[in-house]
Amino acid sequence: MTGTVAAAPRTLPPLGPTRKLKVPKQAERTLRNGLTVIAVRRPAVPLVELRLWVPFGRVHLARGAMLSQTMLSGTGSMTSVQIAAELQKVGGGLSAGVDPDRLMVSGAGLVTGLDRMLELLAEVLTGASYPSDEVANERDRLVDRIQVAQSQPAHLAREALLKRIYGRHPYATQTPEPGQIRAVRPAALRALHAERVHPTGAQLVLVGDVQPEKALDAAERALGGWSGAGRTAELPATPPLEPGPLLLVDRPGSVQSSLRIALPAVSRTDPDHAPLQLANLIFGGYFSSRWVENIREDKGYTYGPHSVIEHSVAGSVLVAAAEVATEVTGPALLETTYELGRLASLPPKPEELEQARQYALGTLQLGMSTQAGLAALTSAYAGNGLRLDFLAEYAARLAKASVDDVAQAAARYLAPARAAMVVLGDAERVAPGLAALTTVHTESPA
Amino acid sequence: MAARRSRIPATKYPVEQFTLDNGLRVVLTPDRSAPVIGVAVVYDVGIRSEPEGRTGFAHLFEHLMFQGSENLEKLAHFRHVQGAGGTFNGSTHLDYTDYFETLPSNALERALFLEADRMRGPRLTEENLRNQVDVVKEEIRVNVLNRPYGGFPWLTLPPVMFDTFPNAHDGYGSFDDLESATVADAADFFRRYYASGNAVLAVSGDIDVAEATELVNRHFGDVPSRPAPQRPDFTEPDLSAERRTSYTDALAPLPAVAGAWRVPDPVTDFAGYLPYVVLAEVLTDGDASRLVERLVQRDRMVTTLGGYLGFMGDPFDVRDPTALLLQAHLPPGGDVDKVLRTIDEELDRLATDGLTDGELARTQARMATHLLRDTDAVLGRALRMAVLEQQRGEPGLLNELPRLVGEVTDEQVRAAAATLRPERRAAIEVIPGGAR
Repeated sequence: MTGTVAAAPRTLPPLGPTRKLKVPKQAERTLRNGLTVIAVRRPAVPLVELRLWVPFGRVHLARGAMLSQTMLSGTGSMTSVQIAAELQKVGGGLSAGVDPDRLMVSGAGLVTGLDRMLELLAEVLTGASYPSDEVANERDRLVDRIQVAQSQPAHLAREALLKRIYGRHPYATQTPEPGQIRAVRPAALRALHAERVHPTGAQLVLVGDVQPEKALDAAERALGGWSGAGRTAELPATPPLEPGPLLLVDRPGSVQSSLRIALPAVSRTDPDHAPLQLANLIFGGYFSSRWVENIREDKGYTYGPHSVIEHSVAGSVLVAAAEVATEVTGPALLETTYELGRLASLPPKPEELEQARQYALGTLQLGMSTQAGLAALTSAYAGNGLRLDFLAEYAARLAKASVDDVAQAAARYLAPARAAMVVLGDAERVAPGLAALTTVHTESPA
Repeated sequence: MAARRSRIPATKYPVEQFTLDNGLRVVLTPDRSAPVIGVAVVYDVGIRSEPEGRTGFAHLFEHLMFQGSENLEKLAHFRHVQGAGGTFNGSTHLDYTDYFETLPSNALERALFLEADRMRGPRLTEENLRNQVDVVKEEIRVNVLNRPYGGFPWLTLPPVMFDTFPNAHDGYGSFDDLESATVADAADFFRRYYASGNAVLAVSGDIDVAEATELVNRHFGDVPSRPAPQRPDFTEPDLSAERRTSYTDALAPLPAVAGAWRVPDPVTDFAGYLPYVVLAEVLTDGDASRLVERLVQRDRMVTTLGGYLGFMGDPFDVRDPTALLLQAHLPPGGDVDKVLRTIDEELDRLATDGLTDGELARTQARMATHLLRDTDAVLGRALRMAVLEQQRGEPGLLNELPRLVGEVTDEQVRAAAATLRPERRAAIEVIPGGAR
């Protein structure tokens, strides 16, 4: 439509004054049984969000997965349908999930139902009975779901990457095999629950239309009786990333290749974290990044490339991911390592840094502006030993990172020579193009 | 257990509305509880409006709207939104296309400038078109071609249920159609559908109404006036005999099935439509719902089950014709016929015996939670209000939805269930070709 309107060029309006990051009102109490409860007030809608983080490192993979699937399947006095119906009555719901760090029980409901949701949570925590029928049913369903996951390229690429970067660390394998799931019996789940689902070291986060102190009282009333000493387990620190040949995992007939690149990263409290976060944004961490502008907006190789720093309890890693057309797999890797190398060896332009900085600061505001966002953030922080006031500190670090700081972080962490690379795709078609760029080690999928 | 009824809460988001001289309708909904805003521009054009031989064009055009505009180079839109601390996106639906950003509130004027600029005219160049055709092809590969169950059932069920091009064709588009699209096609599409009179702007969050009104006038006031095109009638007759089809998904490891029944007009017969929205939840929301309890837990016939209104799961932003859908994944060797028969049996039982004590009230309480949660984010509010204004002239309906859902009666849900007969059903089965 160029030329249809011959007006004078208009100029972009400036931004108004920035409103300072305001951390919402919160309260915290550690109960006598060792459970830490954090309540945050955000009264925008008459709801409350609930997140319970129970440390769950070094748990048997298949049993842990099955425990999260069956924890809400019944107690001494209630069936799974009764639990679900009672939660529904107060507009609530609970679900459980695991990863190598934690068991997480999440939910949300009408704030008028907070007491009832907490009572039902306590009922499950202290009385989950793992009924044989339900366990058998959930076992079959989980096996089906794992089979479906194993047909998804993103899942397969992730599995290959984790094995590649974590070696013998517990993070290396995060999805159990169907055979391991089939071997799990209710007795093993009861034993695991008794041993590991206990309040010591656990954090409960409540966010919503609540008076924080009153929410803590409610949690204490409902969960004060949850006890049971049990085992805790420390995870060893993750091993340093070992660069090496590109791992090519064959998926015959793929019309796309899944490109995954892992680079070293540091925890949230490390002084390098803020500059590295900014360097990551400039590379591929948001849409206006060099990588997206290059391989999507200029060359059309891919739909949604992105890179992100993942923080786990035992270590952090930067992962860049793109699904690219099979025929341009080599060229896409070339452009990717080019952009990494360019950022690692030349300082970013000041305006590039400012743009990334504004994005980082603005999305902090956005992330805190909903109850669910605040709950996720509070819980992720609490699980890593931090509190919401760290947000203000993090914002200050982002605000003061200089071009030099970011350039140094990029040189230290983003250099392509430090990368561990995995490609999942049609090996026959993509191996020659990749081999022209780097040493390739080809594997058939597990 | 006694049916203790939770009081259904409501929101009271204020709504200010006006229309500019060029026909642009504006909805403002202030909320100063956090320093963030949501901005949405919704055009009344979607997949159903794209021309024959141009499948996927509405979506391709959505991509082109990000490729520069009158005063903005390619990439500028992204950089200006994100450089102000915000995020953005767009999406193409059956009946509308939306563009939106959420930002810290000090970027309000910038966001309005960016949206107004592309409403005046996107830069439609050959180079951008070819680039975005490539990007869209990769999007289709990621979401459909390279993954199991790609496009199931939103792309695969409509051609079973409908006969006319607008309702039945593939909204993502064929590679042939995408590749043969021209700049002239795009210019034509823009002229016709991206008119100020065919759009709604909604702004929510940390705004002052007087200031926002002034800024909207400043930036959108001189967007050239073009009226909304006449919207064609997409009506199709209801099915009078069951339709059933199947296809092999080479990547899928397990069987799956989806079935759908037509429902009353969501806009002109909202009262008749709402019981179906509730019914879908009674059937499938959680372990205490009818079909999950029966098919997943008791009979173990399916692994997962879902039910919803609208092919894109959009009960309150779709026009007629639309449907109630149920979809399920089955265990290896699962029997699709048996699943459909059991669903029929449960629908019969519900139609005959009605709901149990408290079943409806608890479903409604949870629906209220979902509705409130969706609009807690300022952007969710702006988008929903923009579409409610566009399709119904009623953005404030957002505040009423939890209450209206709560007023649906046992008898209405029962009557809705009674209409979901096998002879009115369209169903599609996925045959797994990827079992290892």
